[in-house]
Amino acid sequence: MSGIHSTVYKNSEALIQASGLSRHYTVSSGPFGRTATVKALSNASFELQAGKTLAVVGESGCGKSTLARVVTMIETPSAGELHLDGHRISSELVLSDEQRASLRASVQIVFQDPFGSLNPRQTIGRILEEPVLINRPAVASAARQQQARDMLAMVGLRPEHYDRYPHMFSGGQRQRIAVARALMLEPRILVLDEPVSALDLSIQSQILNLLVELQERLNLAYLFISHDLSVVKHMADDVMVMYLGRVVEYGSAKSVFSTPRHPYTQALLSATPIADPTREQTRIKLKGELPSPLDPPAGCAFNPRCWKTEQRCCDEAPKLADAEQHKVACYFPL
Amino acid sequence: MASDHTPSSPDSTRGASTDTNGSDRTRTGQTGPELTRPDRTWPDRTRPGRFKEFWGYFSENRGAVIGLIVFMTFVLIAIMADVIAPHSATQQYREALLQPPVWLEGGTSEFLLGTDAVGRDLLSRLIYGARYSFFIGVIVVVIAASTGVLIGLIAGFARGWVDTLIMRLMDILLAFPSLLLALVMVAILGPSLVNAMIAIAITLQPQYVRLTRAAVLQELPKDYVTSARVVGASKARLMFITVLPNCLAPLIVQAALSFSTAILDAAALGFLGLGAQPPTPEWGTMLADSREFVLRAWWVVTFPGLAILVNVLAINLMGDGLRDALDPKLKRS
Amino acid sequence: MPLLDVRNLCVDFKTSEGQFRAVDSVDVHVDVGDVLAIVGESGSGKSVSMLALMGLLPWTATVSADAMLFDGVDLANCDARQRRSIVGKDVAMIFQEPMSSLNPCFTVGFQLREALKAHLPLTRRERQQRAIELLEQVGLPEPERRLRAFPHQLSGGMCQRVMIAMAIACKPRLLIADEPTTALDVTIQAQILELLLDLQKDTGMALVLITHDMGVVAETAKRVSVQYAGQKVEEQGVRELFADAHHPYTSALLAALPERATTRSLPSIPGVVPGQFDRPAGCLFSPRCAHADQLCHATSPDVATQAMGFARCHYPLLQGVPQRSAS
Repeated sequence: MSGIHSTVYKNSEALIQASGLSRHYTVSSGPFGRTATVKALSNASFELQAGKTLAVVGESGCGKSTLARVVTMIETPSAGELHLDGHRISSELVLSDEQRASLRASVQIVFQDPFGSLNPRQTIGRILEEPVLINRPAVASAARQQQARDMLAMVGLRPEHYDRYPHMFSGGQRQRIAVARALMLEPRILVLDEPVSALDLSIQSQILNLLVELQERLNLAYLFISHDLSVVKHMADDVMVMYLGRVVEYGSAKSVFSTPRHPYTQALLSATPIADPTREQTRIKLKGELPSPLDPPAGCAFNPRCWKTEQRCCDEAPKLADAEQHKVACYFPL
Repeated sequence: MASDHTPSSPDSTRGASTDTNGSDRTRTGQTGPELTRPDRTWPDRTRPGRFKEFWGYFSENRGAVIGLIVFMTFVLIAIMADVIAPHSATQQYREALLQPPVWLEGGTSEFLLGTDAVGRDLLSRLIYGARYSFFIGVIVVVIAASTGVLIGLIAGFARGWVDTLIMRLMDILLAFPSLLLALVMVAILGPSLVNAMIAIAITLQPQYVRLTRAAVLQELPKDYVTSARVVGASKARLMFITVLPNCLAPLIVQAALSFSTAILDAAALGFLGLGAQPPTPEWGTMLADSREFVLRAWWVVTFPGLAILVNVLAINLMGDGLRDALDPKLKRS
Repeated sequence: MPLLDVRNLCVDFKTSEGQFRAVDSVDVHVDVGDVLAIVGESGSGKSVSMLALMGLLPWTATVSADAMLFDGVDLANCDARQRRSIVGKDVAMIFQEPMSSLNPCFTVGFQLREALKAHLPLTRRERQQRAIELLEQVGLPEPERRLRAFPHQLSGGMCQRVMIAMAIACKPRLLIADEPTTALDVTIQAQILELLLDLQKDTGMALVLITHDMGVVAETAKRVSVQYAGQKVEEQGVRELFADAHHPYTSALLAALPERATTRSLPSIPGVVPGQFDRPAGCLFSPRCAHADQLCHATSPDVATQAMGFARCHYPLLQGVPQRSAS
């Protein structure tokens, strides 16, 4: 089974369509071959249109970084299907080099750590030119350089920065460079893995503004991964809440934030501190710690910490189902 | 209990400044391309250049600087040997056998450091010997480093059974005493300087393989490598262009230190008669020729030995200084 | 008498490019039972000033102050023994990365008992008992089992609780928490902050919370001190600060919060924090300030009155309007 199907979709705007996307890792614990399966991502289904932002929120171990890696094809899914800009990717398909190359021009990624995501030994110009150099060798060197310089100006840096090395820049500037590099192949989808988490507050807003501006100008689709709910509230059109590799709530940002249906979403929202000392914060106290992905609880992953747990929750994991305005995976939604 | 300053009131004669108009509209409230332009109001002064920074750290270590100066002096001597040396290295002066150095009784200024058993001027032989020593050092390090780095890169990138195989091979190589291994190879291939250099290069290689592999394993999980992969870099490009330039610091230090090891090993082989053959004025061979004269004519043995000692010490001091200067964890700011 | 009284603290670091002033004339004072939040971004010197207090800076740092008094004891000029008897016992500190704050080679119990052994005259059995009590106090279930665990076997939240337990072991009068929850998840952050506040109420100790998160400040602090590029630029009660910030930096910082955004574009502060090589003459914030004028660029401002939040500004803001006239 090979080959990519260029399917024409009824909803031709949907750049990403995922159904049942999963990624498992086998980890061998101990030298005598006791293998455990870490279900880093289980059964994720979602959609993303051009010009929109889908935010993925959750805490550590929820699988959002794994999702980013699967969508960017750094890793192949273990199960499920992913339709990316007209191409179909699944666990059985083996992608050829041309298919990979064309997918690369569809989706690119910006990482969290501005200090590790740029090669310290290359100048900014070389870093920016590299994607075009590798993927479009037919482009002449002068045209390539011009494209890189234009991109540098588009993200708000100055022409003399072209020949400098990454260590001469601040975190916010490096993140701009990372965005510029991601855009060199003119992708339609940009995966942003916690792009502002490592930046100071005053720089965060600069970068967020840049991202908004670029999205409007280039009609980009963003898969925005973050743990910071205030940033997500500001940026996202749709939100997907994840817990221990599973999607627990999925819907438009407005409805998820105003009426969270899943207990975890509500706990997450109440735990986020609000910058207003006059507001009385009624905090939902969650017991216990986040479970380890190596040893997930039976049934619904949230049941040890949930205050509405009943027997049914421990027997079988709930599926993502429609509940009024958005989808939630809970037997007793709020 | 704050400081009890009164606020410095702005000079009332200056009058109302132009940017206060009573409203809340500040520059930070505007929208548009202005917002995405950082640092436009002051010069973009950056940190000092990398070489200057490196030299700053290096020059603090006095031993390293002395080592560098001594080393450079020897390099110059080696280059200018034809000009500096008073005599030829192989010319035998039958009338001046085992002549002592100039400051001892019986010495002449014609042979400043005396002569050896067949009447060759020791100073000239030492000067030409510097050439051989550096030739040996450079060739050995180049062979060992280039093959070692290549194998280390392959091991680091391939992982799995290739990695295991390579590392066990290196472990086997390391288990042999290097001189013994070199002896065996020279015994098989025949005694000559070139064979000695190849043998020494092979014994020095595992260090480079290990260092490179360790550095590669450290760099591989970093985001910039993943970015290069996502962008479509081939394995070869990843190895040589993306990762290798970031692994160079420990390799440079190792190269400096194995330079001295190479000289020592070549001298040892020469001493055993398995390296450079007479009449080559290589320092170790000179030591070997003059073993029997230790008591009778100490200068024939001592000066080559001293030359080896001073050189190796200088290179080691330099290597230590290099390591301190290139290690990012020791950096201060 | 305040519990902690620091006046005009300056910390200089010796770098390859000369001296770098990381902390410049900072005042800190904390009363008994007070909760002070020190807010700032990277480069503000907030951590360095507290580390200077505790004597934890590397040899390249030079610390100087007009006064550095803890409960009357002069920390700047006391000898090493006296300092050791105060630091760790009456003044305790917890750090940002809980996973790396604990020694990975020793069990949690060993490290906890070590802290007790250093300061309290207890027998071994009493130390064990106290260690169990402490773990219960910080909300760790199954304390006996946890004492035998190694740090890598505990999660980030649990490690931070252990750190807090070590810090409160000798019933300190002042606890300094340096970004204690930055590396933790949001739900765990809420638990840890609540724990710190409960401990503060129960034991009456003062708490200094260093953070860059304004939400955390709003919910936990009583007073707030804002630092920028090594200087203290404002200090007010928490409600007053959020209602009406007097320094333009604080005001811009609050305006840049995503939760206060009204438009798709956030009001942002242009430029970057000055580093070692581009420190402006005059006010350090002037290159980025919307209200800066000639005087701001040329002369360093003095500190304003208490009514104006001790703002280090020539024209402190009142309801967002810079006060340019003398009144």
